Amino acid sequence: MANRTAGLTYIEKNTPLHKMTGGAKLLMLLFMSLAAMITFDTRLLVVLVVVAISLFVVAKMPIKEMKMIFSILAFIMAVNLVVSYLFSPEEGVAIYGSRTELFHIIGRYYITREQLFYQLNVTIKYFAILPLAMVFFVTTDSSEFAASLNAIGVNYKIAYSVSLALRYIPSVLREYHDISQAQQARGIDISKNVKLSKRIIGIATIMFPLIITSIDKIDRIAGAMELRSFGKHKKRTWYKARPFKKLDYAAVAVSLLFIVAAVLLNFVNGGRFFNPFS
Amino acid sequence: MNLNVKTIVAIGIGAALFFVLGRFAVVPVFANTNLSFQYAVLAFFAVLFGPIAGVLIGLIGHILIDMSWGWGIWWSWIIVSGVVGCGFGFVVRYAKIEQNDFTIPLIIRFVIGTIIVNLIGWGLIAPGLDILIYQQPVNHVFTQGLFAFVGNAVTTAVVGTLLLFAYNKAQPKAESLYKE
Amino acid sequence: MNPLIEFENYTFKYRAQIEPSLVDINLKIYPGEKILILGPSGSGKSTLASCINGMIPFAYKGTFSGSCRLNGLETAHQSIFDLSKTVGTVLQDTDGQFVGLTAGEDIAFSLENNCTPLHEMTSRVSKAAQMTGLLDEQLKSSPFDLSGGQKQRVSMSGILVDDVQVLLFDEPLASLDPATGEQAIDLIHQIQQTEQNTIIIIEHRLEDVLFRPIDRIILMKDGRIIADVAPLELLASNLLRETGLREPLYVSALKYANADIQPISSLSDKAKQAVNNWYNAANPPTVPPQNNPLLKVENLHFTYPETATKTLQNINFTITEGEILSVVGTNGAGKSTLAKLICGFEQPSEGKIFLRNADVTSQTIAERAKQIGYVMQNPNQMICKPLIYDEVALGLTNQVNSEKQTPAEIREQVEATLEICGLYPFRNWPVSALSYGQKKRVTIASVLVLAPKIIILDEPTAGQDYKHYTEIMKFLQKLQSEGVTIILITHDMHLMLEYAPRALVFSKGNLLADMPSSDLLCNPILSKTASLKETSLFHLAAECNISDAPAFTRCFIEREINS
Ligand SMILES: Nc1ncnc2c1ncn2[C@@H]1O[C@H](COP(=O)(O)OP(=O)(O)OP(=O)(O)O)[C@@H](O)[C@H]1O
Ligand SMILES: Nc1ncnc2c1ncn2[C@@H]1O[C@H](COP(=O)(O)OP(=O)(O)OP(=O)(O)O)[C@@H](O)[C@H]1O
Ligand SMILES: [Mg+2]
Ligand SMILES: [Mg+2]
Repeated sequence: MANRTAGLTYIEKNTPLHKMTGGAKLLMLLFMSLAAMITFDTRLLVVLVVVAISLFVVAKMPIKEMKMIFSILAFIMAVNLVVSYLFSPEEGVAIYGSRTELFHIIGRYYITREQLFYQLNVTIKYFAILPLAMVFFVTTDSSEFAASLNAIGVNYKIAYSVSLALRYIPSVLREYHDISQAQQARGIDISKNVKLSKRIIGIATIMFPLIITSIDKIDRIAGAMELRSFGKHKKRTWYKARPFKKLDYAAVAVSLLFIVAAVLLNFVNGGRFFNPFS
Repeated sequence: MNLNVKTIVAIGIGAALFFVLGRFAVVPVFANTNLSFQYAVLAFFAVLFGPIAGVLIGLIGHILIDMSWGWGIWWSWIIVSGVVGCGFGFVVRYAKIEQNDFTIPLIIRFVIGTIIVNLIGWGLIAPGLDILIYQQPVNHVFTQGLFAFVGNAVTTAVVGTLLLFAYNKAQPKAESLYKE
Repeated sequence: MNPLIEFENYTFKYRAQIEPSLVDINLKIYPGEKILILGPSGSGKSTLASCINGMIPFAYKGTFSGSCRLNGLETAHQSIFDLSKTVGTVLQDTDGQFVGLTAGEDIAFSLENNCTPLHEMTSRVSKAAQMTGLLDEQLKSSPFDLSGGQKQRVSMSGILVDDVQVLLFDEPLASLDPATGEQAIDLIHQIQQTEQNTIIIIEHRLEDVLFRPIDRIILMKDGRIIADVAPLELLASNLLRETGLREPLYVSALKYANADIQPISSLSDKAKQAVNNWYNAANPPTVPPQNNPLLKVENLHFTYPETATKTLQNINFTITEGEILSVVGTNGAGKSTLAKLICGFEQPSEGKIFLRNADVTSQTIAERAKQIGYVMQNPNQMICKPLIYDEVALGLTNQVNSEKQTPAEIREQVEATLEICGLYPFRNWPVSALSYGQKKRVTIASVLVLAPKIIILDEPTAGQDYKHYTEIMKFLQKLQSEGVTIILITHDMHLMLEYAPRALVFSKGNLLADMPSSDLLCNPILSKTASLKETSLFHLAAECNISDAPAFTRCFIEREINS
């Protein structure tokens, strides 16, 4: 499966999140991410981060993996903070419309309270948006992805293409591996010893069989699917589908509340930012 | 929506290819800079199967890549992958070249077209979304966008052209096959 | 009774072709019949199947004339969906046929598309799984956890969930090991016994299909039907040889002995006597002496990074110069993996590989490629040039063998190799226009042209007809006499018996045996563990009371080679 080749795996567990249908989780993910994208209100963002982390806990995500996710994220954020500061040290001042200097570093680089607060907000925001989807992926069997997408209104054919992608990633990966080995045996060199232009042509030579097999495969798979009635009706049922239960409706409703809150706070704050400096 | 089965399968396989190339087939160029080729494949598939396939391959493939790294989903850039995939689909339609050769005028059109699409995607939309969602500093996001634009535009134009050229040559034309 | 499928003066031409691929087909198939379609590679068997299931005219572009009717209705007037209610198709390539993420989903696929409610779906899926002997817990397995034979059972169940009248199989045995292939044929037979379907099988492996009774054999050549007869009648005639196809081994043996052609179980005493006379007149050749060691594998272990169990463990063997050796065994035993290790595609976790007493374990792929050529199992993974000529010339222009050659020399060499592989007429075709068997030959040509010291061929006969495979094998034998060493990885017991005096037998990552091939297939216990199959020669010998079956086999091969 896709997640077998990657770091994270779906593991069957008995938690409320695992019991929820994929469709409900997908909607939750969508609404909460949207809320986090809309708002810059520090309080709401903190709430969203707390909810995200508690979801990880509820999902009984192994501590080791959580640590890994959050430490990589923290590292990326740290780099981002520095770079972003180097590019624009007065961004916060412009946003909050006041300037409280704390100290001077060098040249045009000052540390201001507004800048610190602004960068804190951006960081929290990333933490509210980025890891949320991982909860969905570790608690939902990939067999259920397509049914879930269809359940929330995505055209069933498009939903099925997601399932096909997950199905064929390991095949394509193995093929890529085999092909690049076979081509090396025939004198195609893509290592560091050759010129960049030669390397790009070498890569294209390797990609060619990969693409040709893929196109062949598309024909064969499409044929096999049509021969088993795919696309016959305007809808289809799903072997892995599960009906919405109370918990699912409740979760969706709660996550909708976050969007409402995000929009309302925009009015209350007179803008996306919560401004403690005025 | 009128999507034929072949397009659907192409989306699935295309996304799988996008994922594998973007995640595992990165070529280090010099310190800390990698070349990856998934946008060349995206362009290839978009030309063959149209803009709808382009959007979805970009979106699905990019979400899967982000997901497999395990630390989060970078929505703004995912959207851009979808947008450029769609754009590539309008540059050249393969139906036009299926029975002909991939000639110089078409190659020029493909190269210039994909450069423009990449410029709009990575040079404008990606920074725009980062500003809209995260309020990142303008010069920061545009510099980032510029780097992404250069890398992706070069690989799309060069490798994309090579792939289309070779593929076109590998396809039999109507009534062309006889034993010599 | 009305025919279920009826072709009348039917002709079909693919858009890319100038000549039609089916010419003037007249054929009637009645309900409940079991039909085998036979013919050389490229003779139009798959094309005929595509007309029955509706891929032609609905998915492949082309023009047709005449009539093709299913249950009395023109197929061209229906849709592919209408036709799929009557005809269920199992394609050769299980990777393409298996579209679900798990076995259960794949079996349910057509039910899902027909909007079957969930509760009904579950019960029908488990019923269909039972029919092919799949266990309930296997329904949760992904295709990567199932063996070749199990995947094929899934494909069959996926067709059987619908009550189709016709089951159409296009090369169901192509990538299965002999014993699994036999089980598949048996399963098809049982299903027909209980469900009374009409069965149409396309297959090159005639002897394996005849393991269970067949009503009629349709023989095709160059797009035409040249025979439509009962199996025994076909076997007794010389049509198979004339068409370039392989007879079952026992039939050839009976012909050599001038005995009447009958099924082994009902041989007359006269025939038995004739076989005995022939055997006593022939004298079994001796096993040839051994040369200098060339390739030595010592204590080899290997595990793929993403798997938990060892793919190969503790492998030891030596190959001498100018030997032809076969590597046989179950699906997934690690045969292709062994080839990859020898070529340096993968690095062993333990153990060493010697070439002429020099340790090459740490050499790169490119260095080893100068001496070892590997024709991979799947030809699509090797072909990287759009045109056949360029593909075969690629290794020479890249100077893989470190010889600088002029373009004229290259051209000469490439054309000579294309000739040997029967590809010269196609040299300017784009690769996509070739059939699987033809592509396989392109990859063989691209390795032969480099003149390596060791050639490893992974399933060289898959999808090949007898004529082409004999030509290639004759050429390989010539190379062998010049000192080239040849390793054949194969499920084809004929190939092993006929060309490779020595066999390495693998099962589940272990080297079970290293012995003369003629002895191997007469050893029922070893055959069983390695999922091999005794040939019909073994049964013929037993039936004729010949006790030394290996010697009988060797006599037979000797006779074959001299004919
Ligand atoms: N899609 C296609 N476009 C053009 N020509 C084709 C196509 N498919 C098959 N052909 C041609 O039609 C002829 C018959 O091919 P077909 O696949 O039916 O052969 P086959 O008997 O099934 O061979 P094999 O045993 O190798 O599978 C061949 O000459 C082949 O080149
Ligand atoms: N690239 C790979 N990554 C991980 N596992 C692999 C890979 N290739 C093969 N395997 C696994 O290793 C085992 C041995 O595979 P291998 O292809 O060597 O078998 P084989 O003997 O050639 O089988 P067949 O007769 O079906 O070709 C199988 O279980 C297979 O699933
Ligand atoms: Mg065929
Ligand atoms: Mg193999």
